[in-house]
Amino acid sequence: MSEMKIVSGNFAAAYGAKLSRVEVVAAYPITPQTEVVEKIAELVAEGEMDSEYIKVESEHSAMAACIAASNAGARAYTASSAHGLALMHELLIWASGARLPVVMTNINRAMGPPWSVWADHHDTLAQKGTGQLQFFCESNQEVLDSVIMAYKICEDEDIMLPAMVVEDAFILSHTKEPVEIYDQELVDEFLPSYDPDYKLDVDQPLGFGSLGMPDWYMDFRYKIAEAFEKAPDKIMEVNKEFEEVFGRDPGGLIEKYKTDGVDVLIVTMGSISSTSKDVIDELREEGHNVGLARLRTFRPFPVEEFRKLTKGVNVVGVMDRSYTFGHGGDAAREIKDALYGHRDVILKDYIVGLGGRDLTPKILKNVMLDAISLQDKGLDKEIEWVDLKINQERWRR
Amino acid sequence: MIEIRFHGRGGQGAVTASEFLARAAFLEGNDVQSFPMYGVERRGAPVTAFTRIDSKAVRNKAQIHEPDIVIVMDMALLDAVDVTAGIKPDGKVILNTEKAPDDIDLGVDNPIYTVDASSIAVEHRLGSKVAPIVNTAILGAIVRATGVVDINTLVDVVRNNAPAKKEENAKATKQAYEEVRGEELE
Repeated sequence: MSEMKIVSGNFAAAYGAKLSRVEVVAAYPITPQTEVVEKIAELVAEGEMDSEYIKVESEHSAMAACIAASNAGARAYTASSAHGLALMHELLIWASGARLPVVMTNINRAMGPPWSVWADHHDTLAQKGTGQLQFFCESNQEVLDSVIMAYKICEDEDIMLPAMVVEDAFILSHTKEPVEIYDQELVDEFLPSYDPDYKLDVDQPLGFGSLGMPDWYMDFRYKIAEAFEKAPDKIMEVNKEFEEVFGRDPGGLIEKYKTDGVDVLIVTMGSISSTSKDVIDELREEGHNVGLARLRTFRPFPVEEFRKLTKGVNVVGVMDRSYTFGHGGDAAREIKDALYGHRDVILKDYIVGLGGRDLTPKILKNVMLDAISLQDKGLDKEIEWVDLKINQERWRR
Repeated sequence: MIEIRFHGRGGQGAVTASEFLARAAFLEGNDVQSFPMYGVERRGAPVTAFTRIDSKAVRNKAQIHEPDIVIVMDMALLDAVDVTAGIKPDGKVILNTEKAPDDIDLGVDNPIYTVDASSIAVEHRLGSKVAPIVNTAILGAIVRATGVVDINTLVDVVRNNAPAKKEENAKATKQAYEEVRGEELE
């Protein structure tokens, strides 16, 4: 029987791995991810989860072990955060190049210095070019759902890529809320066991990770690009199937909240989307024609969906909980990219909540009101840093 | 929506208290959220934890800046933390102290409730005399002062979820429910 439990985002990730019948877990602890691997260690030790749990000396080794396990045909899982994820960088690229559907949970945490353990998307977005699918979660339920879904998507023969399911530090990782822990039989029905066409096998020896001469390498890269092109349709297909089996829509590529015929479209990622929905309701009651697009899948980037979604829209206000130095917020840059030559729309990038700075409904409302005001006054600046010490009065009033 | 903010010290069980209260409210059919404001925690350091309870879906994921209920688990925190910051005009404050509510001045007009949760915890051998674990006692006081959940639901949650000394914790909850002082008890 499925059961409602009050659990943290970290426990939801662990239960997601358990329900996915992950066969190999290799991980190294780091705040605020530690509870994920502690919980899995407990489930394995108590015999509730039938997995090989490999203790390693670093995140680099954790992903290396997952790569080897996946190459041997096992379903592999790891979890990390911030500096641990950065140390994993080389192997993230290896996993996608080797076409291995390793799924990991990353707890979005700011990079130091200064040291910070709090929510920020920079760690995950710094890995956006490594060939991972990236799913940003809004709730603990979605963390659990997305781990299960990610295996189904990634293990499809047309995809065969690794994925990151990401949740915001503390705001999800350590917040407890009701989560439905599904019946194992239901998950088994949705997610078949992993059985790749090619794997390490002593009876049928094959070479993996070999040299790619210049007359071959480029074609391998093209095959990965092709898989990414197929990924949006596959994600939506699996999303639909998930909804049919579990009665819940995790959000697909973009979750559209009251976006029909809006003048102003607000874009968010991760946990602030949830708070933002309350604010959208409030603004609509006050007569503003505004809606929210929650960017759930950052890789592949939903280019077509953004083009469709912005038809007839006057202003797009994007909230980025990250900043790429020398360029700007990642979501805003990529949305601009998607809209180039397709939409003549005002787009403003709001840099918010870096290093876990709290985003209250009041601040979010002031951001949205600023976006709404651009309809009359036009674009004042392309990038605005919100709630800095030098401008807090404006955003908190 | 009811928003509750707990002020305690590492080791007193503020985070667990916020979770137990959420569990009880969930069992009574509400959506709930329980979370700590994490620093880099260590025993004795000030800790803040939050609980949100609503009959509708709880979507706000910000910290609680305008609480309906404030809990102070250690009176020495009053010198270090502005515990009543942002409290709603009719918000209630519940303090762990042997003093009577009339002898407490927090500089606000909000109703004040007191309970000697430390003595209750010591009586039931929860923690030590120097560092009693007061969370399950303070929960009983919260329920009597605010009626946020039914005492029987809460006692069941304490008994079923306390990691050790289940009966002692349940008794501490019930005793604090009886002994809390203040006006207009539920």
